[in-house]
Amino acid sequence: MIVMPAAREASAKKARQPPGQMSAVGRVFRTTAVKLSLVYLAVFSLVTIALVTYLLSSINAILTSELSDAVNAEVRELLNQYEIGGVLRVVTLVDSRSRQPGAGLYLITDPSGNPLVGNISDLPEGVVDRAGTSVRAVPYRRLSHETDANSHHVALVRVFTLDNGFKVLVGRDVGEREKFSGLIGEALRAVLVVTVLLGLVTWWFVSRSVLKRIDQVTHTANRIVAGDLSGRLSLTGSNDEFDRLAVGLNHMFDRLTDLMRGLKEVSDNIAHDLKTPLTRLRNRAEEALADTGDPERAESALEGVIEDCDSLIRTFDALLTIARVESGNQTIALSPVDLSDIVGEVSELYEPLADEEGVELTTSVAGEKALANRELLSQALANLLDNALKYGRPAEGPARITLSVTREAGAVLLAVADNGPGIPETDRGRVLERFVRLERSRNSPGSGLGLSLVAAIARQHGAPLVLSDASPGLKAIISLQPA
Amino acid sequence: MRILIIEDDREAAAYLVKALREAGHVADHAADGDSGWNFAEDGGYDVMVVDRMLPRRDGLSIIEGLRTKGDQTPVLILSALGQVDDRVTGLRAGGDDYLPKPYAFSELLARIEALARRRRPGEAETVYRVGELTLDRLSHEVKRGAEEIQLQPREFRLLEYLMKHAGQVVTRTMLLENVWDYHFDPQTNVIDVHMSRLRAKIDKGHDRSLLSTVRGAGYMIRDQAK
Repeated sequence: MIVMPAAREASAKKARQPPGQMSAVGRVFRTTAVKLSLVYLAVFSLVTIALVTYLLSSINAILTSELSDAVNAEVRELLNQYEIGGVLRVVTLVDSRSRQPGAGLYLITDPSGNPLVGNISDLPEGVVDRAGTSVRAVPYRRLSHETDANSHHVALVRVFTLDNGFKVLVGRDVGEREKFSGLIGEALRAVLVVTVLLGLVTWWFVSRSVLKRIDQVTHTANRIVAGDLSGRLSLTGSNDEFDRLAVGLNHMFDRLTDLMRGLKEVSDNIAHDLKTPLTRLRNRAEEALADTGDPERAESALEGVIEDCDSLIRTFDALLTIARVESGNQTIALSPVDLSDIVGEVSELYEPLADEEGVELTTSVAGEKALANRELLSQALANLLDNALKYGRPAEGPARITLSVTREAGAVLLAVADNGPGIPETDRGRVLERFVRLERSRNSPGSGLGLSLVAAIARQHGAPLVLSDASPGLKAIISLQPA
Repeated sequence: MRILIIEDDREAAAYLVKALREAGHVADHAADGDSGWNFAEDGGYDVMVVDRMLPRRDGLSIIEGLRTKGDQTPVLILSALGQVDDRVTGLRAGGDDYLPKPYAFSELLARIEALARRRRPGEAETVYRVGELTLDRLSHEVKRGAEEIQLQPREFRLLEYLMKHAGQVVTRTMLLENVWDYHFDPQTNVIDVHMSRLRAKIDKGHDRSLLSTVRGAGYMIRDQAK
């Protein structure tokens, strides 16, 4: 009986929303916060209702028993009066009492059932006939000067019979009790309505601010998905969970932007560095096909084709190796290796070439062990040596390349130094990227992948690769973990 | 030599078969793993060339099956997967050599012939001979005629490998793999310089040169008089 109005209130509130706001309202209602809140609201309402109902019934019971006690006491008193002064005394007393304003109800009927005195004008049939010791609730109409059609009331009454057949009814109106229940009911209804309204208003504001920030995340993510990588989440500076989430997501977006930029650079470079040899390859194939009547020319063109193919394959191999090493999902097996072996073998491989080119190749190696993969580290070293031989020549004077292994503060440093022109400090980071070739080396053979591969291998070894100034020259240092 | 080629790329296989026949070998071709297995099981091949990724049955599983049966026919694995760990997987499965795609036919042919050589008796020879050049594997003595030649340890191993495969083409990659144990490609042709040094030591001052460069393929040591 009390729940219904509350439910109606809620649905009415929902229905009152203007249609234009329905989607916003719908979104608010679909949030987890609001769903949870509605559950709490329902539970709270039910508990309140149960509490009030219990309170009401207890108070009802107390009031009823008090009224019954009053009726019984008066009945006892009237019986006493009857013993003292007979019917007449009772009639007189009742007559006077029934004229007083108040809750008391009285009626005396003669043996044939006709009312003599009292303040009741209408009673259901047979009430007066059922005399007894119990107090019953009956509807009645009070005798009054104003004829009020709505003056139907309920009273607790008890009827007793005097010796001579006269019947006396004593009762108390329960209007007070009903009024009290009504008041409590009203209060409960008001409390429930206010609770629901306040709850909805609070949740509306809370979930709107939460939604706003989540929507911002969604919006930014959508923008990034659509290709605009510049979007970032704003911070409120409160360092709440949303701020922390935003910081984390912004980091992720930054990383993504870096990766995308890297990918774009690489694909641009691939486009250039693979398309150029492919074009050359195509031209040579055409030349070989051209009917010049000169078999030697065709043959040399075909040899050029094979050379170009080989260089393309080499570029692909280097790219694949870098990709494989960089993906890092296949962790390479690092084992303790003697660096003097690796350095010795690689320098031995290159020594004749260096000798032929007039480069003095020296090694200075302390027998240090480090965690490494022999094949990959040898490849890195070979690439560094190759670079030094190609680009590390001084303009005048003898060229020198030094391979060294030194131990330093928890790391084993593997270094390749030349006495050539070196790399300007501003370019040192850039040359490690794929396909980056400095202007002065543009015309010499090479894929621009050598140092990228070294960098990738160093990363895979957990060993930083540093390019530094050997003054003069370039010194590439890989800091390996000691074994 | 009888050579079995298990390769699903028909065009590549047809080219291989044709080229091997031109080189004087007998070549059979199976286009998928199942028929490849049937061919291989019948046996009688000197060398098998197996593509790693095949329809119906994986190349490595064919090799493992053969090895389980006790078939020791030399197998060369062809694969688009060319990284060191792929190579290790291939060799562990029982392959004898591993050639990443794309490859040069001369490289493949040289390797096939080297594989077949492995089976021939003479592996345990202690002295290799090519013409008047002798190499003693135990005493590490190298002589041309009566004249002793001083070689660095690496030069010795280089010559030892060449002489073991005397009369066959040995590619630069084969030398890198077998003499230096490197499976990467040094950007510069460092091998050529080593070879010219070796050639200077063994051929200098002699009318007949034993060590020759095979254009577009590699090197070969042989007695040209024969």
